[in-house]
Amino acid sequence: MSLTATAKAGPRSPAGTGPGPDDGRAAALRRTWRKASPYAYIAPFFTLFLAFGLFPLVYTAFVSLYRVELQTSGEMEWRGIANYTALFTDEYFWTSLRNTFTIGVLSTVPQLAMALGLAHLLNYKLRGRTFIRTAILLPYATSVAAATLVFAQLFGKDFGLINYAIGLVGFDPVDWQTGTVASQIAVSSIVVWRWTGYNALIYLAGMQSIPHELYEAAEMDGASRWRQFVHVTLPGLRPTIVFTVIISTIGATQLFGEPLLFEGSISGGISHQYQTLGLYMYEQGWGFFHLGRAAAIAWVMFVLIVVLVGVNALIARRRARKEAGR
Amino acid sequence: MTALAAPPTAPEKGDPPQTPPPGRRIGKGGAGRTMKGGWLSYLILGFALLISAFPFYWTIVAASRSNADMAKVPPSLLPGPNLIKNFEQVLEEADIGKALLNSLIVSGSITIGTVLCCTLAGFAFAKLKFKGRNALLTLTIGTMMIPPQLGVIPLFMLIAELQWVNQLQAVILPGLVSAFGVFFMRQYLVQSLPDELIEAARVDGASTARIFWSIVIPIARPGMAVLGMLTFMTAWNDFFWPIIALSSQEPTVQVALRQLGGGYVNDQSVIMAGTLLGTLPVLLVFGLLGRQIVGGIMQGAVKG
Repeated sequence: MSLTATAKAGPRSPAGTGPGPDDGRAAALRRTWRKASPYAYIAPFFTLFLAFGLFPLVYTAFVSLYRVELQTSGEMEWRGIANYTALFTDEYFWTSLRNTFTIGVLSTVPQLAMALGLAHLLNYKLRGRTFIRTAILLPYATSVAAATLVFAQLFGKDFGLINYAIGLVGFDPVDWQTGTVASQIAVSSIVVWRWTGYNALIYLAGMQSIPHELYEAAEMDGASRWRQFVHVTLPGLRPTIVFTVIISTIGATQLFGEPLLFEGSISGGISHQYQTLGLYMYEQGWGFFHLGRAAAIAWVMFVLIVVLVGVNALIARRRARKEAGR
Repeated sequence: MTALAAPPTAPEKGDPPQTPPPGRRIGKGGAGRTMKGGWLSYLILGFALLISAFPFYWTIVAASRSNADMAKVPPSLLPGPNLIKNFEQVLEEADIGKALLNSLIVSGSITIGTVLCCTLAGFAFAKLKFKGRNALLTLTIGTMMIPPQLGVIPLFMLIAELQWVNQLQAVILPGLVSAFGVFFMRQYLVQSLPDELIEAARVDGASTARIFWSIVIPIARPGMAVLGMLTFMTAWNDFFWPIIALSSQEPTVQVALRQLGGGYVNDQSVIMAGTLLGTLPVLLVFGLLGRQIVGGIMQGAVKG
């Protein structure tokens, strides 16, 4: 009896056998299991999530208060806020903070603007549109490392194709490596290349959820395509735009692979001219072996992301409210 | 934070069949906008496609020439004869062969594990009732936007403590954590798995485990496939954590590419040959399943 009871209460009990009148114990067991079993389904994810996701994130703040060296990462020596003061008195920290910001703007703004334009075109009736959509997403499938190696080649000072093309038009070659503005444009262009198509598809999905009648009404009123874009498409797309701005901001804050592989230097160029916060963190941790200080940088990046996302969300909400109040 | 929880989830309406039927009259039928694209739209889109594709073409050109060719003015814009030779050289110098195998093991395990964990958890969050469900889901979604890069220092200390540095599980296990995947599978199952179906199975006396295997998995399969493709691409292309946890002794493709770009090899065309080899597998996946990946992203995928 007890054997069958546990078998029925177990997760593999056969279907089609309803609870009989006299196995109350089995039913009780089954009820308990049914209450507990959902946790079995989330357990694999949450075990990994706690160990490799949440714990490292939270523990970063803790580590940032200690002196931890790469070779002896088991030994921790209390330093208080010394890692942070060391950070804030390091001129390269401020350089990389500034670079992260300028490269972020240089990569995010053109990327999203072009994506919006492309999405608008993709939303027309086109021949071979599945092909176009897939082809435009191709750069997204490429890894940071591969894309950066190719672009570093294209941006070569003496034999790069881009300087050759510039020369054809009659301009002097640009030093894409040592110039601050030039190198930041070059690094940003890799980001723009990889993500524009992706964002265009996100915008396209948003555009397709705008009710068709709105466009018909606008057309009835004699609105041109441009006015339809400004007065129907853009307002309808606002949540999607906020979403992509936030995602791109987060991506820009932690930019790492592009500046690392552009010349293969962990200091982001000879005078740190394109070193980002992500690269600065790597340099401190795995170049100079100061894991504690690297953790302080990670924590600064985290605060930065929270603030930037908060500001984005706030602006979006205020604009939406203003719009609604009109 | 409300904006964060609202990724674009618009289903792709009116998508044409695999290839647009040739005889279809333009401007009629299908959902979406009825406006036709003019020649200018085609011109701009054509230019965009050219820019998308050119770096790939250039990789092939550069990988099939010699280092001396790369320093020629004007540069040669057509592929040359040295592709195989450069492949051989990069396989020898940078151990791309081992890197490809390692990447396959790492990305394959991460994909299978992630899809499994996320389907289980996604099902629980979508259809089962339990205490703390909303709190746990909020926690998961709330951390979805936090870049894992910010936790690498404690993660590295943990891996070092376990003596896993330079071993593939150091990359595989953390790679299995995908809050996005849980969210994605939950959304998918909320939409496509009717409650009545589960109720009916319960009335028939089926246990939750049985319901999961016989009802949830078959229905979730398309969503699992999309999540699997996105996970594979992300895992294959993952850069930051692998270069910290692994080295040239046990590289993934991205670690090997980093070595290539780090100045150990000076031959530009050999570097490009390595880049081409490391990119080919993802391009292959993309060529076969590009349409589904496009669909998956348009249904609300989240960056990396």
